[in-house]
Amino acid sequence: MKRGIHHSALGIQRAAKVFIATLREIFDESAYSRFLDRNRVAPSTASYAAFQREHATAKARRPKCC
Amino acid sequence: MPKPLRLAIWVALAMTGALAVGIIALHRGEQINAIWLVVAAVCTYALGYRFYSKFIATKLLVLDAHRATPAERLENGRDFVPTNKWVVFGHHFAAIAGPGPLVGPVLAAQFGYLPGTLWILAGAVLGGCVQDFVVLLFSVRRDGKSLTEMAREEIGRVGGVVAYIAILSIIVILLGVCALIVVNALKASPWGTFTIAMTIPIALLMGVYLRRIRPGKVLETSVLGFALVLLAIVGGQWVSQSPHVGPWFTFSATTLALLVIIYGFAASALPVWLLLAPRDYLSTFVKLGTIGLLALGIVALRPTLHMPPLTRFIDGTGPIFAGKIFPFAFITIACGAISGFHALISSGTTPKLIRREVETRMVGYGAMICESMVAIMATIAACVLQPGTYFAINSPAGIVGAAPQTAAAAITNWGFPITASEMHSLAQAVGEQTLFNRTGGAPAFAVGMAHIFASSLGGQALTAIWYHFAIMFEALFILTVLDAGTRVGRFMIQDALGHVWKPLGRTSWYPSILATSGLIVAAWGYFLWQGVKDPLGGINSLWPLFGIANQLLATVALCVATTIVVKMGRARYAFVTLLPLVWLVTVTFTASWAKIFSPNPRIGFLSHAQQLTASGANPQLIFNDRLDAAVTAALIFMVALVLIESAWLWWRVLAGRKEVQVREAPFVPTRFAEEQA
Repeated sequence: MKRGIHHSALGIQRAAKVFIATLREIFDESAYSRFLDRNRVAPSTASYAAFQREHATAKARRPKCC
Repeated sequence: MPKPLRLAIWVALAMTGALAVGIIALHRGEQINAIWLVVAAVCTYALGYRFYSKFIATKLLVLDAHRATPAERLENGRDFVPTNKWVVFGHHFAAIAGPGPLVGPVLAAQFGYLPGTLWILAGAVLGGCVQDFVVLLFSVRRDGKSLTEMAREEIGRVGGVVAYIAILSIIVILLGVCALIVVNALKASPWGTFTIAMTIPIALLMGVYLRRIRPGKVLETSVLGFALVLLAIVGGQWVSQSPHVGPWFTFSATTLALLVIIYGFAASALPVWLLLAPRDYLSTFVKLGTIGLLALGIVALRPTLHMPPLTRFIDGTGPIFAGKIFPFAFITIACGAISGFHALISSGTTPKLIRREVETRMVGYGAMICESMVAIMATIAACVLQPGTYFAINSPAGIVGAAPQTAAAAITNWGFPITASEMHSLAQAVGEQTLFNRTGGAPAFAVGMAHIFASSLGGQALTAIWYHFAIMFEALFILTVLDAGTRVGRFMIQDALGHVWKPLGRTSWYPSILATSGLIVAAWGYFLWQGVKDPLGGINSLWPLFGIANQLLATVALCVATTIVVKMGRARYAFVTLLPLVWLVTVTFTASWAKIFSPNPRIGFLSHAQQLTASGANPQLIFNDRLDAAVTAALIFMVALVLIESAWLWWRVLAGRKEVQVREAPFVPTRFAEEQA
């Protein structure tokens, strides 16, 4: 019984992690993290502005479906 | 799980699905519960995914768990990033889900709930999901190449050029129709207009917050923006009731059209970070939340469908759009069943994120199942309305008359009783001046959604809030499609013009930005203006045009897919892509022929132009009809060229007269091979 509850809790925790990761990907938070890693810079107003400059063209070329 | 138990579960699921489809197809005379549509859909999708997609994966595509994807081989942390399959699934679904699966099924409900539902289920499982899956896989095997590039390399030069023109045409027509839906939803609606207008300062605030106060915290900013939008919806009620402020936000269709055109130009020409990027995030947040909420609402509340399975308009005399079930139901519902536009997403960002080849099945086939489920929910939202109400909202003034009494009498005469006072009460309940002649599908969907939610969440007192929440949700993400599409169209034109004169291709050169933005906005703005000025409401002519363009793009995508299948030496399984291809060719070519040459002026562009000429109508309206006929003819001519070029290639390959060249990236073993699929 205890083991079952533990397994369920782990499953829920895993699902929640994936859900948050999906939202972070959709909302470009993961892309920003990768940008920081790639350029070895700390999060700041300037680095976010640089990320947006780099990201804007790629994002603008992505079609959104009907 | 033991095999006999698994088998028993699948047999039970198949029988439940058959029972549900039987009930929705054969039930006559009594209203049925919406849950039967949900059960039929869930069982069909489950069977389609488990058996058909697995067949495609193992027999046709032969997915290779040991082969590295471009996300792994070309990983750069920017475009190519190996990503968790559920994350890619969510990302892909967010990109393919747009207004199409909400609007198309609402319009097609004029035939009753049955034709649309059956087409959504069959079309998705056998067509749309297949297209998205195979195009995604073929793009993954070609380093994430786009549909246009694959068409050029696999079919030939004509295929590439036609794919490019078809994509640009569909973008132009799509944006014109989308803008028309927004205009029709917001005209003479101070509440709706105020709410949407407020999303501009809210997005500006989000932009500043995101850039200066909490850099990179997009989710947090979106939650904040969403809370402000909810406040704007509540504030909209006060605005609509205020004799002083209300008129500032009350616009005619033509004024709104001009405002939308100006917005589109600004969206394309100005830097994006301050206004458009935050609006895009806000729109995605609202879209995903509302779709989830609607799914929960339908399952929890199980509303009754008041629309009959088939209406008298299956004879082709429908007030919303003219034409019989075949072919018009099949081009009216595109995105929920099969949409060529999805092929652009499946050969765009998604293939660059796929970590393992075997995951293309879940992402490509699976995400389209979710999109199709959204279309089923839209069908339910439209069909929970009393048919009289549904037709009163969606019928144009040119068909039923502009005066409420005249319109109510016409609709009652069709056998769908409604009175002007009932419609007046409904309009008051949702905070609108009138709900007559609100063509375009969005207001009917919003009334249906408000009807579902208000029956439990907050009761009738919140009907108006729910209605305006639904209008805000639709208008917000349609406008996002509009600004994103305008920019994509601008880039496409700049890419092409760059071959003529290099500076025109520079995306940072302002004269080029202004000129190409002007071109793309003028193109879709023309269709919008045409729709606004059309006495039949615009949807009658423009939505079929959009449906034809979208399905023709799917035809090109399936031509590319079939060509690759033939070149791979798997022609005996080519029926998987050929079946939907043949169906789409039949539907789109029949619909195009009817839209150009039908002697019925409500269907044929040319006969309508002739009728207008005889009655001495405005020459502009006559020109519009001829233009629509020319656009339709040009589209089918180009797609016919791709078909002929493809079929010629298949014949030569199968007859051994042409050396086969499959342009896949070379095999490289993956480091993720040991992971579970």
